[in-house]
Amino acid sequence: MPNAVKHVLFILVPLIAVFAVLPGLYQNHLLLFNFVTFLILAQGVNIIYGFTGYLPFGYVGFFGAGAYGFAVLVMHYQSPALVAVLAAGLVGVLLGLLLTPLLRLSGAYFAIANLAASLAVLHLVANPALEGITKGPYGVSLTGTFNPSHAYYAALVVLTLTVSGVVFLKNSSFGLALQAVREDAVSASMAGVNVVRMRIAAWLASALVAGLAGGIYAWYVSVFYPDNVFSGEFSIFAIVFALFGGVATISGPIIGVLILYGVYNLIGFTTPQYFQLIYGLLIMGLVLFLPAGLVSLATRRGWHVP
Amino acid sequence: MSPDTKPILNVHKLVKRFGGFVALDGLSFHAAPGEVLGLVGPNGSGKTTAINVISGLYAPDGGEVAFEGESIGGIASHRLVRRGINRTFQVPKPFMSLTVRENVRVALAYGHIGGTPPSLDALLDEYRLAAVADRPAADLNSAQQKMLDLVRALATRPRLLLLDELAAGLNPAELDWIAERIKQLAAGGMSIIVVEHLMGFIEHITDRVIVLNAGREIFEGKLAAAVKEPQVIEVFLGGEHAA
Ligand SMILES: Nc1ncnc2c1ncn2[C@@H]1O[C@H](COP(=O)(O)OP(=O)(O)OP(=O)(O)O)[C@@H](O)[C@H]1O
Ligand SMILES: [Mg+2]
Repeated sequence: MPNAVKHVLFILVPLIAVFAVLPGLYQNHLLLFNFVTFLILAQGVNIIYGFTGYLPFGYVGFFGAGAYGFAVLVMHYQSPALVAVLAAGLVGVLLGLLLTPLLRLSGAYFAIANLAASLAVLHLVANPALEGITKGPYGVSLTGTFNPSHAYYAALVVLTLTVSGVVFLKNSSFGLALQAVREDAVSASMAGVNVVRMRIAAWLASALVAGLAGGIYAWYVSVFYPDNVFSGEFSIFAIVFALFGGVATISGPIIGVLILYGVYNLIGFTTPQYFQLIYGLLIMGLVLFLPAGLVSLATRRGWHVP
Repeated sequence: MSPDTKPILNVHKLVKRFGGFVALDGLSFHAAPGEVLGLVGPNGSGKTTAINVISGLYAPDGGEVAFEGESIGGIASHRLVRRGINRTFQVPKPFMSLTVRENVRVALAYGHIGGTPPSLDALLDEYRLAAVADRPAADLNSAQQKMLDLVRALATRPRLLLLDELAAGLNPAELDWIAERIKQLAAGGMSIIVVEHLMGFIEHITDRVIVLNAGREIFEGKLAAAVKEPQVIEVFLGGEHAA
């Protein structure tokens, strides 16, 4: 059996199946939706960081832009939700295109510039002068599209596409070439790889994913403020989850979200007084002892982790 | 080179500056098809810079580089690779976290247009990497990493191959072995430019050498004649790599 088929059968299918049936078994649908959203975002971070090496500290910019793309279409054009979600993805890609010059930076410079870019988009959207378009700082309240269960299943579709994308990267020359660029751009060019084009492709793919996720988020919650959908927590969580599990794998970011976001909610519910402490220690422990993520526990032993 | 064979590479009055520093100062030379050409000179004389410009990593600041009759100065590396130029690096630069096999697969998939691609396993076998094929490149020793650089280059079927100190750090048996491989590649029609400080090695494999000093050619011809040239002796005098 080809590896890609194995990865779909043993990772993607069970993941989607579980999240497809869970709403019938578990009452807290918002929590399930948040899990799916973070699964998408962590894989989006995986695409741009794991495969290409750019740490997107302002990743939420695409998410927030997608949410507002959705809102603008629904508010001003009475667009159906699905069309507005596609538009949200497009907004993410357009913002990504606008930000391609950032790819000339590397390391911390890229991370900081990306963070600054996301703040710039936030302040643009929240600008009272744009009230007529975005409702500025007063927030959005969407009527007519509200349907959390449809939004949830749309999120599952986007998750399916995203994980399929990562399965492709893990099993194709294209994904290998991306990793080659990450490892050594000069050598990659001597392997015949068009470095600039590869970086842009990965960047836009991860922007698309976050834009779609943001659009669906807007659909799900229907009422939100700029600070909600541009909250830096989205970037930080998605990055921490992906790193915790292990990037440049299919399973790492999934494991990272399930464990860390699970623990996050568990201690948040049961012992909120220790919450920050436990969570902080967990992340410090990870950075100190497992910098390559949980999956490195297995890869260190020579096991192959998809 | 007989007068009727066209050079595969023609470098004409090439200039490369880094800020105010002139690393290549009007360098001119050519290479013929199937020729092994030595590029020698003291440290900092511009050998690596010449390779970097020819392989498209740097755009020239003046002069011209022509490959198979067409000007290529300033064309991006990945395009030149697909047109038939490749190189190795003085300090080998494999994709460290990828396996040896994956390293070569990238080049096979992206650096090679038309014709039958070379066989990955045959290449790994030929360059003594078969045993480490599934190990990350980071696990290889420096000689193996150099061979991996070479195999990655060969996977793209170059007609012009630039080797930047490939032999440095190899033991005598490995030197003989790699010299044979280089001669065989040239016998198959590949033009090979060899940058090396090991004069015995250069003597053994090259047809001709260019001696560089301060970004200029100061000698062109047989190495045996070069070492008798007063100007050549002078630039190497007291140098750590004197012939
Ligand atoms: N990217 C760069 N930026 C600034 N200066 C550079 C750069 N690359 C090379 N140089 C300078 O250009 C000169 C020629 O360097 P080059 O690496 O071509 O020498 P070389 O002949 O390969 O020497 P070696 O035998 O030590 O490898 C040196 O003085 C070097 O410091
Ligand atoms: Mg050099």
